[in-house]
Amino acid sequence: MADDLKELKIELSKNGIFTTTLEELYNWGRKNSVWPLTFGLACCAIEMIATTMARYDLARFGAEVFRPSPRQADLIIVSGTVTKKMAPQVVRLYNQMPEPKYVIAMGACAISGGPFRDGYNVLKGIDRYIPVDVHIPGCPPRPEALIHAFMTLQKKIEEQALAGENRPRHLRADLPSEFEVPEFGEHGLEPPANPELFPALPGNPLKVLQ
Amino acid sequence: MSGISEHPWMTVVALLIGAVAFGFAPLAMAWLWARFFSPKKPGAIKNATYECGLESKGDAWIQFGASYYLYAIVFLVFDVEAVFLLPFAVAFTGLSAGASIAMLVFLLLLVEGLVWACQKGVLTWA
Repeated sequence: MADDLKELKIELSKNGIFTTTLEELYNWGRKNSVWPLTFGLACCAIEMIATTMARYDLARFGAEVFRPSPRQADLIIVSGTVTKKMAPQVVRLYNQMPEPKYVIAMGACAISGGPFRDGYNVLKGIDRYIPVDVHIPGCPPRPEALIHAFMTLQKKIEEQALAGENRPRHLRADLPSEFEVPEFGEHGLEPPANPELFPALPGNPLKVLQ
Repeated sequence: MSGISEHPWMTVVALLIGAVAFGFAPLAMAWLWARFFSPKKPGAIKNATYECGLESKGDAWIQFGASYYLYAIVFLVFDVEAVFLLPFAVAFTGLSAGASIAMLVFLLLLVEGLVWACQKGVLTWA
């Protein structure tokens, strides 16, 4: 049925008739006004700032309005190294953003810990604490990479169904609104799920967890 | 032909109403949209008062240590007193006894403040 409608739509557009659905219109509006949070953690933040400036001009995508409050932001760009001390704050900021909200993990540190992966105080990726929509590798990624990630996110928003089984989590009442804020345990930050995914290396006296 | 020509400010009033409506209409639409259509997922952290990632600690109803009272006293002694001293000196010969005593009590209070500040070591530096 959906394919029939799509074909009909293409057929109509060939004859100069533009048709749309409420869902497409709604998502079109949403994807073109994604407001990021003013939130930078390390050197990736400098690239993020460069992306918003005149040369790369993120305003072309409707995302130049960096909001200083999580209450007004749709997107959090985790731009840089997330230390264990910072992680609870990142999760709390994410929790304070209104739905629907999106996350871009920018740079090697944010997606995996990067060069500090074997260190004692850096997370091995923020995606164990908050749901990341787009990962960008790079150290730091260039503004073009962030723009690409942003366009990927726009594509994702565009394709989100607002009804049915596959609707996003903000439209599902059964899913919780907040993610668990990690707490400090005996050996550093304790992830709320799968604590043994990154166990301490044998002989490591620090017993480094995530 | 009657309205605008009779009241020259009518145009301004019309523009004012237009300007206010221009400002309020989007706000009202945003409010209505948020009220009826926005997906709501409230939570304890989301509804927290403080919004910068950190948890607020303790009670908001605390007493602040007002350390600036020293500056306030020294300001009174050296600035406000001088403002009153000048007219006092100019009008000194024509003042009644009561007025002079009132002024001297004022001076005495401020001199006490000066002595007290001096004892606290506020006036020594370097």
